[in-house]
Amino acid sequence: MEIVAIDQISPDQVILFAWGFVTINATLAYTWLIMGLLVVGSIVITRDLSSERTLSRWQNLLEVIVGTIRSEIRDIAHEGTDTYFPFIATLFLFILFSNLFTFIPGYVAPTSSLTTTAALAIMVFFAVPMYGISKNGVLEYLKEYFRPTFIFFPFHVMGEFSRTLALAVRLFGNLMSHEKVIAILLAVTPLFFPVVMQVLGLLIGLIQAYIFAILAMVYIASATQTHEETEHKKIKETEPVNS
Amino acid sequence: MDSVSIVAMASIITAGICMGIGAIGPGLGQGRAVQGALNSIAQQPDERNSLTRTLFVGLAMIESIAIYCFVISMILVFANPFWAYVIKKAGG
Repeated sequence: MEIVAIDQISPDQVILFAWGFVTINATLAYTWLIMGLLVVGSIVITRDLSSERTLSRWQNLLEVIVGTIRSEIRDIAHEGTDTYFPFIATLFLFILFSNLFTFIPGYVAPTSSLTTTAALAIMVFFAVPMYGISKNGVLEYLKEYFRPTFIFFPFHVMGEFSRTLALAVRLFGNLMSHEKVIAILLAVTPLFFPVVMQVLGLLIGLIQAYIFAILAMVYIASATQTHEETEHKKIKETEPVNS
Repeated sequence: MDSVSIVAMASIITAGICMGIGAIGPGLGQGRAVQGALNSIAQQPDERNSLTRTLFVGLAMIESIAIYCFVISMILVFANPFWAYVIKKAGG
């Protein structure tokens, strides 16, 4: 059962409920569903945590997920893992779950709507200067726009906007194209082939969630790590003198 | 031919051409990227994790070009802004 018709490009156009000026479309409803699922699931699982040798299987699952995300962040950021962890992990888990549930009939991924992905990308757009300023201070962060010379300032600004657009359109395009491909295949070869594409879609959803989180982390790391690099160089320069 | 069918024809043909030509470059680029990554993994299997991560990020960057083309074709076919304009002109 597909609730998004083939000529509708995003689930925003599917109105589930309208009352006065309040309009609930499919994107909104399924975003709330995913949010509720994540919040309630996390609360229920973390309600009775144990540090014993035996732990519940749900706590084990959560530990594996959190540990993997932490190690991935540590590989990129090298330090300050816990500062970035809440933001990156929330992005990853939200996108992951909204992508993975596409195999449920009647569900349409909120990430296959440009509004959701644009909101997520704008969050990254504002998070990058926030982390950069809180790490290096305003002056050091703004200096980054004028490196190596002041001629590069417009290119840096353009890069900020274009990568935000790219983040949004990439996630939206992948999910939307996958939905449309399945809808077209259902019309052409209805029985077996759409199932194979659905399985491929799970992989695509996982990879896209991973890529979105990794790119957000890389952008944040590039805004925060410039200062450290100069520090490292200073240390390297002074080391031979000390020894 | 009236303007409605000209716009319809141009939209459909352009959508096909956009997707077809737009897939060539990313296809070649992704092939080269995967080739380079496989060579590097074969030479240095220890670095597999960071190579794979960089490969995925790079593939996503390359792939986004094809995705832009796809989004534009989709807009041309399903949500064509010129289409509504022409229909309004023809109707009114």
